[in-house]
Amino acid sequence: MSHHIVEVADLCYAYPDGTAALNGVNFCIHHGESVAIVGANGAGKSTLLLHLNGYLTPMQGRVRIGDYPLTKETLQDARRSVGMVFQDPDDQLFMPTVYDDVAFGPLNLGLPLDEVDLRVEAALSQVGALHLKDRPPYHLSGGEKRAVAIASVLSMSPDILVMDEPTTGLDPRGRRMLIEQLHSFQHTKIIATHDLDLVLDLCERTIVIREGRVTADGPTLDIFRDEAFLAESHLEKPLRLQACPICSRKG
Amino acid sequence: MARIDSTIFDLGSLDALAYRRSGIHALDPRTKVVTTALFVLTVVSFDKYTLSALLPFVLFPLALFVRAELPVGQILKKLLLALPFVFFIGIFNPWFDQRPLLEFGPLTITGGWVSFASILLRSVLTVTAALTLIATTSFTGICMALEKLGCPRVFALQLMFLYRYLFVLVEEATRLIRARALRSFHGRGHSLRVFGSLLGQLLLRSLERAQRIHLAMQCRGFDGEIRMRRPLGIHLRDVVFLLGWSGWFAVCRTWNLPQLLGTLFLELFA
Ligand SMILES: Nc1ncnc2c1ncn2[C@@H]1O[C@H](COP(=O)(O)OP(=O)(O)OP(=O)(O)O)[C@@H](O)[C@H]1O
Ligand SMILES: [Mg+2]
Repeated sequence: MSHHIVEVADLCYAYPDGTAALNGVNFCIHHGESVAIVGANGAGKSTLLLHLNGYLTPMQGRVRIGDYPLTKETLQDARRSVGMVFQDPDDQLFMPTVYDDVAFGPLNLGLPLDEVDLRVEAALSQVGALHLKDRPPYHLSGGEKRAVAIASVLSMSPDILVMDEPTTGLDPRGRRMLIEQLHSFQHTKIIATHDLDLVLDLCERTIVIREGRVTADGPTLDIFRDEAFLAESHLEKPLRLQACPICSRKG
Repeated sequence: MARIDSTIFDLGSLDALAYRRSGIHALDPRTKVVTTALFVLTVVSFDKYTLSALLPFVLFPLALFVRAELPVGQILKKLLLALPFVFFIGIFNPWFDQRPLLEFGPLTITGGWVSFASILLRSVLTVTAALTLIATTSFTGICMALEKLGCPRVFALQLMFLYRYLFVLVEEATRLIRARALRSFHGRGHSLRVFGSLLGQLLLRSLERAQRIHLAMQCRGFDGEIRMRRPLGIHLRDVVFLLGWSGWFAVCRTWNLPQLLGTLFLELFA
C-alpha cells in the first residue's frame, strides 16, 4: 500500500449553473493524518469533499484514494474505504431504526449476520449510542443523531473518515464528547469545519481554501498564528490562542 | 408552534412497540399482514345495518392485545385520534335515514342511528386491527412482507421511505409556512402566487434532500435492494394462526353468533 492515502491533483469543478466552485486544488494526505479543511462560506469545502467519494466527477484533474485513481470501476471500493459523515444527519439516517441504519452498510457488503451484529454493536458503543439501538432515528436529539450517523459509517470499517461540519448544532458538551470520540479513532480524518477550536484539538494539519484554491497547507499552529492571513481568509484566531482581554487588562 | 409530528404522525411510538418479544411478535410479518387484511375485508363486507354479528370480531384484536402484551392506553389514544374522522363520516346518517328499524317500547331507533353505530363499530375494529398490526410487526416489517407477498419492490421501498421522511417533510413545510407567517402582514403575502412558490420551494428542497439521501445510500453500498436483519420464515405457528383466525372469521361471517346464542338461551330457559 502506498504511503499516500488521498491525493488530489489540479482538481477543478464548476456546478451545472456555471458557478466555479473549485479552481485547481492540490494536496496529498498520508495514512493516519488528521487534516482540517477550513475556509469562508462558499469557499468550496463541501464541493471538495463530495469529490472524495466520487459523488461529483472532476472536470479536470484527478483524485486518488489509496492505490487507485477514482474512476467508475474503482468507485465501489473507494466508497467502502471513505466513510462520509454528512452535514445534516437526517440525510444519512434513512432506516426505520438505529440498528437497521447502522447495519445497512455491513449487510450491503454481504457480511454474515453474526459479523453484522458484532460490527453494529461495536460501532454503536464506540460512539456511546448502544442504548439507542431500537429507537427510530427521527426522534433522536441532534447530538444523538450525529453519533448514530458516525456509527453508521464506522460499521463499514472505513480507512478514511470524511466529515462535513461535524459540530454544527451540537451543544458544548455534545461537541466536547464528539471531539473526544474522534480523538480516539485511529482512522485518517478529513474534517471540513468552521470550528477552529476543534481543529486545534484534533488536527495537526490544516488546509485553507479560498475561492476554490488552496491558499495554505501546513501545521495547524503555524497557520493559526498568522492573523493577517486568517483575516484575509474570513477566519479568526481560535479564542484559545488569543490573549485573554480580561486578564491582560488586569495585568 | 406545536410540532405536527408529535400528535398525528407519531406512529413512531407504535413502531417502538414492535421490538418487544412475544408469540405474536415472533410470527412472520406476512402471516400477520394477510390475517389482518382478511379481518378488515370480512368486517367491511357486512351489510350496513349489521351490529350484533360484528361483535364476535372483537375477539381478534383483543386476543392480539393480550398475547402481545401491548399497552392498551397507548393504542386507545391513537384510536381516539382516528375516531373524529369516522364520526363525521357517519354523523349524517341519522338525518338521511329516518326509517324506523327497532322499537324498544316507546323508543324508536331509526335505520340511520343503527348504520351510524355500525360504522363506528367497524372503524374501531379495523383501525384497532391496523394499529395492532403496526405495533406487533413494525411499519418496515409490513413493507417487507408486502414485497415478499409479490407487491413490486419499488412500491414497498417507496412506502418505507415515505414513512421515514414524512416527518422531515412535515417539518420542512411547517418551517416554510412559519417563515411566511412571520413576514406577511394584514393578509398580504397569503396570495395564491406566494403559496405556489412555497410549494415549489418544498418540492425543490425535497428533491435536493432525496439526492443527498441517495448519495448516502450509495456510500454504504446500496444496490437497489434493502437488506434487513429480520428472520423471515413460515413456521407451523404461522399456519395455525392464519388458518385458525380465518376459520373464525368465516364462522362469524356465516352465522350471527350473538343471535344464535340468544335464541339458544331463550329456548333453554323459556
Ligand atoms: N448545487 C449547487 N449548484 C450551484 N452552485 C452551488 C451548488 N452547491 C454549491 N454551489 C456553489 O459552489 C460554491 C462552493 O460551495 P460549497 O458548498 O462547496 O461551499 P462551502 O465551503 O462548503 O461553504 P459553507 O462553509 O457555507 O458550507 C458556492 O459559491 C456555492 O454557491
Ligand atoms: Mg459546506
